[in-house]
Amino acid sequence: MRYLPLTDTDRSAMLDTIGAASVDDLFVDVPEVARLDGPIRDLPMHAGEMAVEKHMRGLSKQNLAAADAAFFLGAGAYRHHVPASVDHIIQRGEFLTAYTPYQPEIAQGTLQMLFEFQSQVARLYGCAVANASMYDGSTACWEAVAMAHRVTKRKRVVLSGALHPHYAEVVRTMAKFTDDEIAGAQPAIGAQPDNEGLIARIDDNTSCVVVQYPDILGRLPDLEEIAEAAHAKGALLIAVNTEPVALGAIKSPGELGADIVVGEGQSIGVGLQFGGPYLGLFAVRDKKHVRQMPGRLCGETVDADGKRGFVLTLSTREQHIRREKATSNICTNSGLCALAFSVHMTLLGEKGLRQLAAENHRLACIAADKLAAVPGVTVLNDSFFNEFTIMFDADARQVVRDLAEDKILAGVSLGRLYPDVDAFSGGLLVAVTETTTEEDIETLCSALKEKLS
Amino acid sequence: MNAPNKSGWKPTTPAGTDGAFGGPATTTGNKALMLEEPLIFEIADNQTTGVDLPQVDPSAASRLGGMARDADIGLPGLAEPEAVRHYTRLSRQNYGIDLGFFPLGSCTMKHNPRLNEKVARMPGFADVHPLAPTDTVQGALGVINELAEWLIKLTGMHGVAMSPKAGAHGELCGILCIRAALEARGDAREVVLVPESAHGTNPATAAFAGYKVENIPANEAGRVDLDALKARLGPDVAAVMITNPNTCGLFEPDMRAISDAVHEAGGFVYCDGANFNAIVGRVRPGDLGVDAMHINLHKTFSTPHGGGGPGSGPVVLSEALSPYGPLPFTARTDDGYIHLVEEEGAADYGHTQAFGRMTAFHGQMGMFTRALTYMLSHGADGLKQVAEDAVLNANYILRSMEDVLYAPYADSGPCMHEALFGDKDFADGLSTMDLAKGLIDEGYHPMTMYFPLVVHGAMLVEPTETESKATIDQFITAFRSVVERAKAGDQTLATAPHYAPRSRLDETMAARKPLLSFIDPD
Repeated sequence: MRYLPLTDTDRSAMLDTIGAASVDDLFVDVPEVARLDGPIRDLPMHAGEMAVEKHMRGLSKQNLAAADAAFFLGAGAYRHHVPASVDHIIQRGEFLTAYTPYQPEIAQGTLQMLFEFQSQVARLYGCAVANASMYDGSTACWEAVAMAHRVTKRKRVVLSGALHPHYAEVVRTMAKFTDDEIAGAQPAIGAQPDNEGLIARIDDNTSCVVVQYPDILGRLPDLEEIAEAAHAKGALLIAVNTEPVALGAIKSPGELGADIVVGEGQSIGVGLQFGGPYLGLFAVRDKKHVRQMPGRLCGETVDADGKRGFVLTLSTREQHIRREKATSNICTNSGLCALAFSVHMTLLGEKGLRQLAAENHRLACIAADKLAAVPGVTVLNDSFFNEFTIMFDADARQVVRDLAEDKILAGVSLGRLYPDVDAFSGGLLVAVTETTTEEDIETLCSALKEKLS
Repeated sequence: MNAPNKSGWKPTTPAGTDGAFGGPATTTGNKALMLEEPLIFEIADNQTTGVDLPQVDPSAASRLGGMARDADIGLPGLAEPEAVRHYTRLSRQNYGIDLGFFPLGSCTMKHNPRLNEKVARMPGFADVHPLAPTDTVQGALGVINELAEWLIKLTGMHGVAMSPKAGAHGELCGILCIRAALEARGDAREVVLVPESAHGTNPATAAFAGYKVENIPANEAGRVDLDALKARLGPDVAAVMITNPNTCGLFEPDMRAISDAVHEAGGFVYCDGANFNAIVGRVRPGDLGVDAMHINLHKTFSTPHGGGGPGSGPVVLSEALSPYGPLPFTARTDDGYIHLVEEEGAADYGHTQAFGRMTAFHGQMGMFTRALTYMLSHGADGLKQVAEDAVLNANYILRSMEDVLYAPYADSGPCMHEALFGDKDFADGLSTMDLAKGLIDEGYHPMTMYFPLVVHGAMLVEPTETESKATIDQFITAFRSVVERAKAGDQTLATAPHYAPRSRLDETMAARKPLLSFIDPD
């Protein structure tokens, strides 16, 4: 077995040193009734590299990869081009096969990278401090709600109707166990998000208002107005971003008054990967909230010789010190995905991110105009970045399934996201990125023309 | 934005200040192949980019609804060659399992096969959207389904929740399943019992899920005190969270008796499965009465730890808990088609009372492909050998060290996959920390220190199954020599490491005056 270096000679020599007659003697503490005498039945025996690769390739080929389709899916996961050097760097063994940097003297590579990552995210979000990453956007969103509970000592959570429904479900699930009361709403179809309705739901018991920006329908809510209303009632504004590329073109949530900014970092460097691993981003606008943040933080310090170095810090907030008093049970972060994000962001830089965002927006505007010209299609949004909603009379779920047969992945149907809301069944979220070609847009338009006529 | 300080960076080592162990100072601060590296903010600027993108006409159509950005972000950019150099230099300041022996107890640092990486990058897995139509992702769903079957068979359990994103997220999933099951029968229990030797995340998880946490002491043999546990059981106890093999590296021989007692009292048994690699293929937790257990795919099934993540923590569930597992999940029907059950129709597949959703999508697909690849490579026979070799290597270290280093439970019998030592008999002023830093100078990543909490100055050594006897023998020689130095009072240990990229870092200053992001110098 190619991964197991011990030979039978080694094994008997080691058993001699231990003073055991056989390896079975090392399992004496396992109750006899639970000990298996041979390999578990119904599972295959070991296989060579070539056979395993063939089996997995077979499974891989049963999927339609985004690159092989005209591709318009978004709703919280976006297809962007990742430069080849990003994957090269994250496959360097010293990054790939390192552990949590508990021995900072021999983990400066990871630590300095995390410090740089924190600095990049803080700037992107317009915040003072970002942490060293969380599992994904949806769990980071929940952690922000839990943090607002700790900060305000209040339990009423006002969710915007236009928050990604899966994010809202994660918050609802977790809140059941922490006694937070969720005041959420279903989204309403409209060209503009319903800020007034949202603001009307904020009261003196509200811990936080959670608003997605751009929102689930691709619209751009005015966060400033909501921040003012939340602050007037002593509540925190949590802004959720699922498409960080957008922040190259639109104002940062911190700049607009959000207190906690969380999001999904997958767009930069990580890739689609059928939903995971992704990268949770988490930042606070004001430094005073740092000690209430969940997750890891990397800080700058010096070593005994006075050289600059980095360590994990403020870890009393983490599970491994205070156990049941920890602010969160989070233990893992998404270190390698954070590295991919950071490398990609460094390659982009200010200039590249701005150009990338502009190109995404340009192509999305072209797509919106061309789709609006398809008979039977209405573009819902007044404003958007690279994703918008179109409406038509047919059931979008069926349209999506039918078009997939011709290798057109047309978008995410609102019916899939909101199975209980009949009014949404003709809604389709269409996302466009720099990987979309004008030919792809034509293909989608022609297919819809045919389908809807 | 202030223009990043492109030319102002200087190495922080002043000329002539290197100490006795550092040799002569260099003007650059570099030492041959060990190169000092500035922050990207100090070498990059806001005009450089390492990607080729079109310059979009600024007068082009804009639908940003008044939200167009006007302020600069302040992001530094590097051209590709400089970026590759920056990160390559940083990487060289890291210790990873590819570089050498990494015996971090409870963390399971085993070899990461590159076939797993190759497979995870196949376009059908890497370039697939989570909300793609189900017909177009049968292979990806097939991986989830096949992996779920392996986990069920290896653990002897009934169902599995695949979506938790890490071990601690899995713990939360298991406790939420327990809570949902109790609530379904109208039973509002408030307490979770956690033995002293459990992982630190266990009590944090129980508290996070709204439970009161009570400790159960360990007995003299480093195991759960069965009598104390039985005495505490009652109608207010929702669950016992137990780590088995436990964090002292020992198997809990009373596991079946513990499960029976907990079940009789109407509670559930959560088993922390972080140490599953010690028993995989040899013992099925289902046979021991476990109701829920997370499996750290990254530990037992070798997905790379990546400097602290991502992890993956599917949770196997007993028949009693399976109906409560979270959404989404997969179900294969008789015609071979795999359904992705999100909301509609959950009850048709036996998930009558799913407690909700834990994450936006379907879990750590990239980790699933790696873990399944590892399982297929080993097979049932190889996985059994994995457990045996991991246990053999740990016991070999235990017995090779116990004459020089205090081994608190060495008389309690064999250890499982990790050997536990304490700091008794060290000379004044020298601690476990010093010994660990001494090992760094010998070229080893230290063991886990000061954990578990039940042993003074604890050291937890986990070799795993992917180390050769020669590697372990070399480590034992080095480990013994550093122990002898600690006992003899060699004060050079107090200032170790001397040969690492950094000497000891001032962690107190980092916490007292937190500096958590780069600030422009002016």
